Amino acid sequence: MKDFGYGFGRPLLAFFLVLGAGLLWFAVTDTEQVQRGFRGTAMQQVTNKATQANLIKANVVPEAQEPIGEEDLVGEKASEIYQNVQVLGDLDDARFNRIMAAITEWVSPEEGCAYCHNLENMAEDNYQKVVARRMFQMTQSINEKWTSHVQNVGVTCYTCHRGKPVPQNIWFTVPTERPHILRMDNRGEQNVAGVEATAYSDLPRDPFTPFLLQDKPIRVSGTEALPHGNRSSIKQTEWTWALMMHMSTSLGVNCTYCHNSRNFADWKQAPPTRGTAWHGIRMVRNLNQEYLEPLKPVYPEKRLGTLGDAPKANCATCHNGVYKPLYGANMVKDYLHSLAPSAVGKDGGLSTPVEAQINPVPSMDAPYKPKGIPPSEANLRGASPKVAGDKAIGPKAALTTARPVQAN
Amino acid sequence: MSEYQNIYTRVQVRGPVEAGVPLPAQDLPRMGTPGFSNLMGYIGNAQIGPIYLGYLGTFSLVLGLAGFQIIGWNMLASVNWDLAQFVRQLFWLSLDPPPPSYGLKIPPLNDGGWYMIAGFCITASILLWWARTYRRAIQLGMGTHVAWAFASAIWLYLVLGFFRPLLMGSWGEAVPFGIFSHLDWTAAFSIRYGNLFYNPFHALSIVFLYGSAVLFAMHGATILAVSRVGGDREIEQITDRGTASERAGLFWRWTMGFNATMESIHRWAWWFAVLTTLTGGIGILLTGTVVDNWYLWAVKHDFAPMYPAVWPAGADPAAALATGAAQ
Repeated sequence: MKDFGYGFGRPLLAFFLVLGAGLLWFAVTDTEQVQRGFRGTAMQQVTNKATQANLIKANVVPEAQEPIGEEDLVGEKASEIYQNVQVLGDLDDARFNRIMAAITEWVSPEEGCAYCHNLENMAEDNYQKVVARRMFQMTQSINEKWTSHVQNVGVTCYTCHRGKPVPQNIWFTVPTERPHILRMDNRGEQNVAGVEATAYSDLPRDPFTPFLLQDKPIRVSGTEALPHGNRSSIKQTEWTWALMMHMSTSLGVNCTYCHNSRNFADWKQAPPTRGTAWHGIRMVRNLNQEYLEPLKPVYPEKRLGTLGDAPKANCATCHNGVYKPLYGANMVKDYLHSLAPSAVGKDGGLSTPVEAQINPVPSMDAPYKPKGIPPSEANLRGASPKVAGDKAIGPKAALTTARPVQAN
Repeated sequence: MSEYQNIYTRVQVRGPVEAGVPLPAQDLPRMGTPGFSNLMGYIGNAQIGPIYLGYLGTFSLVLGLAGFQIIGWNMLASVNWDLAQFVRQLFWLSLDPPPPSYGLKIPPLNDGGWYMIAGFCITASILLWWARTYRRAIQLGMGTHVAWAFASAIWLYLVLGFFRPLLMGSWGEAVPFGIFSHLDWTAAFSIRYGNLFYNPFHALSIVFLYGSAVLFAMHGATILAVSRVGGDREIEQITDRGTASERAGLFWRWTMGFNATMESIHRWAWWFAVLTTLTGGIGILLTGTVVDNWYLWAVKHDFAPMYPAVWPAGADPAAALATGAAQ
């Protein structure tokens, strides 16, 4: 080739070829965008197809146990047959055995009944059984009192456990040591590499203790144009941000799933998903305070954290990287008697909270797509989005319907 | 055979080693034996040294090195003096300012005290280096343009680490010393104060920053393009406009209807560069002290447009709970 008289034409050509190939490598990504807000405002969800494929494999819903019809009922309560049945005693024996079979499959498929029971004396309490009993109460509480967050999908043991006695995503309080005054190794609870729970960021690594166990204020942004007594510092903002990074990485979504990032604080411009998340924070805080941390004296030492605290839950515990746990599959409908007794007879569904009826929460299954009227006009009228996808749940539906919206 | 080229030239102009003008008696001597570097000759003057350090330069280097060392030792200590971890986690490591609870008090060494000392050393080092650029310019009978441009950058630096923390009443507002940590500070700053992109001084700063790059490209390209007719002798062309200057000016007048002069283009470049950090510093100084949420400020002053609602208007569940509406 012509070397322009420099004598380095060939290396130059090679350089640009490598550069071009490199740019192509980064430009061709296997991602999918779903528009979820007004055009041109960058309100969109970005998902990576390879990541989604792995998540779908990891979120297969196990088949429900054989259903129990009226004719299958034994007619005797579990508490009348067995000793020491404290929570599920009111269940018919047939339903009781069915949920025992289910929890074995969900929590200890390898260890079997013996994980919680002394097979010589099933009524005897060991720590696993005491914890499991409390977890039944917790699951019932979530399904009955926290429909503001779990909507009509609900949770079962499998939502968190996924076939393992200890759920994969749990957390312990990170010890904060104040080193000697002359020392240099005070890290200020942040600046640590490789913290998955806060998305490998440099932010405070334990935003869970202040926000999901304690009740420290999360809101930091100014709510008025001019100073009005909001003394939130930059450091405080980093704690809130760390919690948000955790939510983002736990749900596999970016900021705009819940926020209009032009002004994070503004509720009027935020997608309704933010309200669901708000209730989720309260729910997890309640679970940690009422159910999980009080189990501390029950556990053997090997199950406790560095500070001797009990294992606790955060967003990732249920969500496991998916915006709706198990892509919104309703497993609890098959176990209403044991996992949501107060919902029995209500058309197989959990009660939908009032605010969820007013503000239906569209998910990524149901991107904004008004029917009948041209999208641009609908946008200007502020039409409410249709919630169509919630019936067609499951990973496959999520993928096939997660397409960009033609909103101009 | 050597050949002069406009884009890249292998020609190196080398004369006898130049020692420089004699120094006044009270000054320290210049250091180092001058020599030639072929490699440096490709990108600049091939002669390396002698360097004049003097008292200002020496103290500046000592203090700068001290600050750098304090940051480095703190980072190394935070990974338990493990060199491998120091390298692996380097981008995450940081020396952070004291927690906001100390306000403007002097914090203990292990809780921001090291940060304050490092910050003092580096600030003193920068100020001494500024004095050095000023003094050397006077000594050479130059104008002090370099010093004042440098002062503009120092203004932004002092606003970030000194003036604004002082006005906010907390050293904890200052920027951490660390790769990711200072970037996190920047983003957190924008989140806390309602999106810095709606800060007009931030906008001006970006205009001047990007504008500086455009001007630099335009000017560099123009001079290289007319160097074949002597355009690189810019100073002579200011007072004695030659064909290079005529062609360069005509080129821009024909392409965009207006052209700078050989002299004014350098004022354009200088002001764009200086205004980048000058306006940026004003924008930072006003944040938190005078304005608490830039987005809402922009809405108030009618330059943040409202987009059509796509979702049903969301409501703050906390506010609803407070009024009992959600019960």
